[in-house]
Amino acid sequence: MKISLFITCFNDALFPQTGQAVVNVLERLGCEVEFREAQTCCGQMHHNSGYQKEAIDLVRRFVEVFEGAEAIVVPSTSCTAMIRSQYPRLAKAAGGEALAARVEAIAPRVFEFSEFLIDRLGLEDVGAYYPHKVVYHSSCNSLRALKLGDRALRLLRNVKGLELVELARAEECCGFGGTFAVKNAETSTAMLTDKMRHVLDSGAEICTAGDNSCLMHIGGGLSRQQTGVRTVHLAEILASTDQAAS
Amino acid sequence: MTALDFTARARTSLRDSQLRRNIAKATSTIRAKTARVAGELPDWEALRDAGQAIKRQTMAELDRHLVALEASVTAAGGVVHWARDAAEARTIIVGLARQYQAGSVIKIKSMTTDEVELNPALSAAGITPYETDLADMIVQMAKEKPSHLLVPAIHKNRAEIRDLFLRELDPAAIPGGRLDADPSSLAKAARAHLRAKFLSTKVAISGANFAIAETGSVVIVESEGNGRMCLTLPDVLISIMGVEKVLPKWEHLEVFLQLLPRSATGERMNPYTSVWTGNRAAEARAGDGPQVFHLVLLDNGRSKILADEVTRDTLNCIRCSRCLNVCPVYERAGGHAYDSMYQGPIGAIVTPQLRGFEEAGSLPFASTLCGACQEACPVRIPIPNILTHLRAKVVAEKRQGLGALNGENLAMQAAKAMFDHPTLLAMALAAGRIGQAPLVRDGRVTHLPPPLSGWSLSRDFPALPPESFRDWWAKREPRS
Repeated sequence: MKISLFITCFNDALFPQTGQAVVNVLERLGCEVEFREAQTCCGQMHHNSGYQKEAIDLVRRFVEVFEGAEAIVVPSTSCTAMIRSQYPRLAKAAGGEALAARVEAIAPRVFEFSEFLIDRLGLEDVGAYYPHKVVYHSSCNSLRALKLGDRALRLLRNVKGLELVELARAEECCGFGGTFAVKNAETSTAMLTDKMRHVLDSGAEICTAGDNSCLMHIGGGLSRQQTGVRTVHLAEILASTDQAAS
Repeated sequence: MTALDFTARARTSLRDSQLRRNIAKATSTIRAKTARVAGELPDWEALRDAGQAIKRQTMAELDRHLVALEASVTAAGGVVHWARDAAEARTIIVGLARQYQAGSVIKIKSMTTDEVELNPALSAAGITPYETDLADMIVQMAKEKPSHLLVPAIHKNRAEIRDLFLRELDPAAIPGGRLDADPSSLAKAARAHLRAKFLSTKVAISGANFAIAETGSVVIVESEGNGRMCLTLPDVLISIMGVEKVLPKWEHLEVFLQLLPRSATGERMNPYTSVWTGNRAAEARAGDGPQVFHLVLLDNGRSKILADEVTRDTLNCIRCSRCLNVCPVYERAGGHAYDSMYQGPIGAIVTPQLRGFEEAGSLPFASTLCGACQEACPVRIPIPNILTHLRAKVVAEKRQGLGALNGENLAMQAAKAMFDHPTLLAMALAAGRIGQAPLVRDGRVTHLPPPLSGWSLSRDFPALPPESFRDWWAKREPRS
């Protein structure tokens, strides 16, 4: 199967290792990966911040770039949710009939990374090895917008050497929320503090998730407090093997 | 008019350790209870669907249902008044209170009277309003504002309430001047204090949870029985309701009498459900209970909310407050941060629509869009979508004319330009890698300049890595 990778602007600029890990895993599993270089951003930041006009342009761009792709894999739960839950609504409201129809055609072929592995490839064991104690943060978009359930956990349970521990109040938001973290920095910090407490109480050395925006937030706090706990995207854990453990 | 600054108000609440503990404790208790009793119903999801469908259908023909309600209430001997806005509502109610020569009124269950700022208007007319819902009474005595839709004094604990009662209650209600802080002692003192008001006050003002168009019946659900006292003891009853509270048929009530208590207090059924229809009850004719009934139907911006197909669902709210109890922002920022009788996620969409964006434009941004509210809402109001829709309206207002020069808009336009032109993005990243050098230590940025300084208040930021993903991809050996 030929897979088109939507890296997302955020991962492209700040977390290239996540994209490399996705390519690594997919190719290891026998998929062919392509990268369409005209891709940029899904428009989530503009949409969530109230810049609807700009967001619509980015919807159009995404559709133009990815039209015709067999499967589009996205290593970000929030960008996947933007495309799948918001694009149809946005296109209908402001993009015209034609764009709405193109969005309808493309949206079902967009997959979040863990969802692609489990639902499309039918795999829970991808042959990974990661000898660390890990706690999983289920992002709000994974939990509520995409309803991905325990997919990431099923993948993690099949990683050799990995000890998976539970997170208290796992369903609660970490307090990121895009510009919320800057506009309402104090409230965001109060939420982050509680999330970090639960991460630390779990005893894990690594906190993982399917979205680097939550991880940048949680990880930024863990780093500031010198907790010694790191954040690592799920794809990077799955890319790690006993040949090349990271 | 001063703008409501959620961020600054939250900052104050966040530092109040007593408040933080009171709210965290109370919301986690209610959360567990509501989850349990909602979960035990096999048809809970179907009930939610029904609730949403009834509300949506009602809103689609609201005008017709309101006219029907007016006819039914009138036929049952009540008098219906229409209030276009808060000022009209105040004029009507103060006028009625004067007409019946009330020196004081007792009040129950009405956030709508808070919305129209009725109490100050009554006081100005020389009429003393007494709140009789226990928590409303506490908030009124403390000269504060409610901090929770359903538990208005959620920010106060028992010890604080005891001190307040010692100061404010009728001394006759506290024999010997000794009062313990346990719930039954506090309730006993409040009961003695309120009983005297119930027996001596001739005019009552209430809200309404529902009003049935086909029968003209008005419904209030409550836990304490103080509402029942207000609704049955005085000679005159004046009820005010937002126009969205109407339900077309009696049979619709069944759905909401299940959804509401289970979502609100986690009770299978609320202790008191009062229903009255005009003043035609046998008791009224026999001279027992209200002889006169007035119903004020309040618009105050609701027609405008109804006219926008995205915001329309806002009106479906049954004020259960479940969205507050599951909201991580509410739990930390507290109800007073929303500066309104409507707090939490529902407040963040209701208040700006009622009071305008110039005043309440910070509220749609008081959310991480985590979606817990929508997931919990018994009538499935898509609060996050309404929030982003309102954000777009706030931004559109803000960037008119010279407002377009505000920093955020400029940053968003710059980002957009880069997303339109990947080469520009690559150039910006290259510049960023050089520019960030003075800020980076050990691969992290610990202090960001304004307007991003809020981030580095508590979080490091990762330094831009030496190459982007697309740089890496471009250099990669082609696969066969």
